[in-house]
Amino acid sequence: MEQQASEFPANVKRAIADSQLQWAMTETGPRFIEKRAKARANLPEFDALRDQARDIKDHVLSHLDLYLERYEAKVVQSGGQVHWAETTQEARAAIISICKRLDAKLATKGKSMISEEIGLNHALEQAGITPVETDLGEYLIQIRGEAPSHIIAPAVHLSRDQIEADFRKAHTHLDPNRDLTEIPTLVEEARQVLRQKYLDADVGITGANFLIAETGTSIIVTNEGNGDLTQTLPRAHIVIASIEKIVPTLEDATTILRVLARSATGQDFANYTTFSTGPRRPEDPDGPNEYHVVILDNGRSNVLGTEFQDMLRCIRCGACLNHCPVYQAVGGHAYGWVYPGPIGSVVTPALIGIEKARHLPNASTFCGRCEEVCPMRIPLPRLLRHWREQEFEKHLTPGAVRWGLSVWAFFAKRPKLYQFGTRIAARLLNLMGGRKGKLASLPLAQGWTQYRDMPVPQGRTFQAMWKERKRG
Amino acid sequence: MELTRPRVGLFVTCLVDLFRPSVGFASVKLLEEAGCNVEVPENQTCCGQPAFNSGDRKDTADIARAVIKTFSAFDYVVAPSGSCAGMIKAHYPELFAPGSADRQAADALAEKTYELVSFLVRVMKQEKVDARFDGTVTYHDSCSGLRELGVRAEPRKLLRTVEGLDIVELEDAEVCCGFGGTFCVKYPDISNVMVAKKTKKIAATKADLLLAGDLGCLMNMAGKLKREGASLKVRHVAEILAGDTAMPPIAEAE
Repeated sequence: MEQQASEFPANVKRAIADSQLQWAMTETGPRFIEKRAKARANLPEFDALRDQARDIKDHVLSHLDLYLERYEAKVVQSGGQVHWAETTQEARAAIISICKRLDAKLATKGKSMISEEIGLNHALEQAGITPVETDLGEYLIQIRGEAPSHIIAPAVHLSRDQIEADFRKAHTHLDPNRDLTEIPTLVEEARQVLRQKYLDADVGITGANFLIAETGTSIIVTNEGNGDLTQTLPRAHIVIASIEKIVPTLEDATTILRVLARSATGQDFANYTTFSTGPRRPEDPDGPNEYHVVILDNGRSNVLGTEFQDMLRCIRCGACLNHCPVYQAVGGHAYGWVYPGPIGSVVTPALIGIEKARHLPNASTFCGRCEEVCPMRIPLPRLLRHWREQEFEKHLTPGAVRWGLSVWAFFAKRPKLYQFGTRIAARLLNLMGGRKGKLASLPLAQGWTQYRDMPVPQGRTFQAMWKERKRG
Repeated sequence: MELTRPRVGLFVTCLVDLFRPSVGFASVKLLEEAGCNVEVPENQTCCGQPAFNSGDRKDTADIARAVIKTFSAFDYVVAPSGSCAGMIKAHYPELFAPGSADRQAADALAEKTYELVSFLVRVMKQEKVDARFDGTVTYHDSCSGLRELGVRAEPRKLLRTVEGLDIVELEDAEVCCGFGGTFCVKYPDISNVMVAKKTKKIAATKADLLLAGDLGCLMNMAGKLKREGASLKVRHVAEILAGDTAMPPIAEAE
């Protein structure tokens, strides 16, 4: 997917001016938060489970090679095949080569963020294979030619009106005068359109929420059942997943599953949790003839053993997005690439380079709400700060900011000079606006006064007054 | 009796020092009334957050060492800010290698550093204050105090003992106001959306006065409220708890 992360400030302006987007965000944002809070309150051991979930992934990450090899052996044992992809290019090539060998024309797809990360749909189209997204949200953004704006709710930025208009544009074979005012009617129409695609598809491509090392199983968690139809009906099932999706045992997966849906949608469990182990066996009534797993690295192994490793615990629940006031203000597209929100601002620099993503780690107030709700206890603010440190070290921080910071630091380290300066500043600012108590405009502080008044200092510094009081 | 009074070093914070000394004096009054001997070391400037949050570890560590040196002799360090107290308590130790002398000193200082109101309740076991305010107030939980230090019940507990005062809870009181230090000037458009959401919730409370424990957040919210022409006033919680409202509210005329 083409990245526009470097365009963050312009993206933000556009997002804030988009009244439809702003409306959609205020409609959906609070609902996710309420539902998670309720689910959490109903499970007394929720926080203890978060600790366990964190420990499981930490253990995996420190023995990743071992578990990946074990997983591959088990997949092969059950009749499947593993394809290792160091880069997005290798991942695309692996998938297209399978499709070509099977002479595939149509590929149905379950929801997968890795598919977005490697730009799979575009590559399939180039190779003459038609990809059809079957998750409703993914389907919506596919017919709109958009990127997902949320990790679990890719079309969260859309309104019902927009969806109706898109359906009328895309489904030209249906009666143009049909009634689409109710949401269930829209869902039914999508269901009808997709039903035939499941049956016609040559390959089904899904992501994976977990890969189980002890059994070679991949797990998908869905609410619409589309993933099951995608992976069982076609001749081949291709799973695309990144290296950190691995967990040692089924037991470990179920521990993490207990925090996943609760954190994501507030459900105790998603409607469908589907386990796939190898292709169809002779005694199976249905299932694919071939089972492939494409495992992507794309820079993740570089993060292992660094101060950024904790990001690899992420299970893509989206709770940090839902609780982030910045994400809620600008929506997912402003982040300019696949992963938005706090986790996106941590992951994106690791995958596309901090040079291109330098704005993202800065667009946070460090309010800490993301870390507070993360089921995997990822210290998101700390990781964002580490990226800022890298930017500072690599001189990516804008010159004016560096200069301002160095002047400030010079004074902050010299209390006498500092207090001399603050005494003047307090007096000056007070003279400028003292009678009104506020300034409507202030040179060098336009960022502030553009939107708010600047409260005026009381006139003298505390230190100066305290000294006077001590002297009596 | 005088000997058992804890010796408290007041970390004034750069914003209180420059913008609102009355918060510093209210803090001194509250601490003295709670039974502390308060001193204000001259050698203090800022906790270092602007550098820390900009990724400048070296300047942050330099400033942290100076703060540690200045305040290490006190029984407690108290700041009228969850953000600055959180910096000292949660982040100074991270700046230094485990086992180093700097780390030990940072850990020791972190151990005895508190945000003002939580210090009064948790350490000084204060149950009530001697103050009066006739009106309805609402309270915004500033992020660092809330999430790094767990300050939530303490300000409400003491506010309830102010004579004549009613508290009405602010919806989304725990959501960031959009200040975020340099964030508000680096990304003014986003900050503005955040603070505008906040002022809408504040207005909905119909309170007379907005309180919080951090001057940065207060200046942001007050600045926005005044730009919007709101009549509601804004003060630091310490001023109300100390019964010290001689100075006009934040961003108000004399």
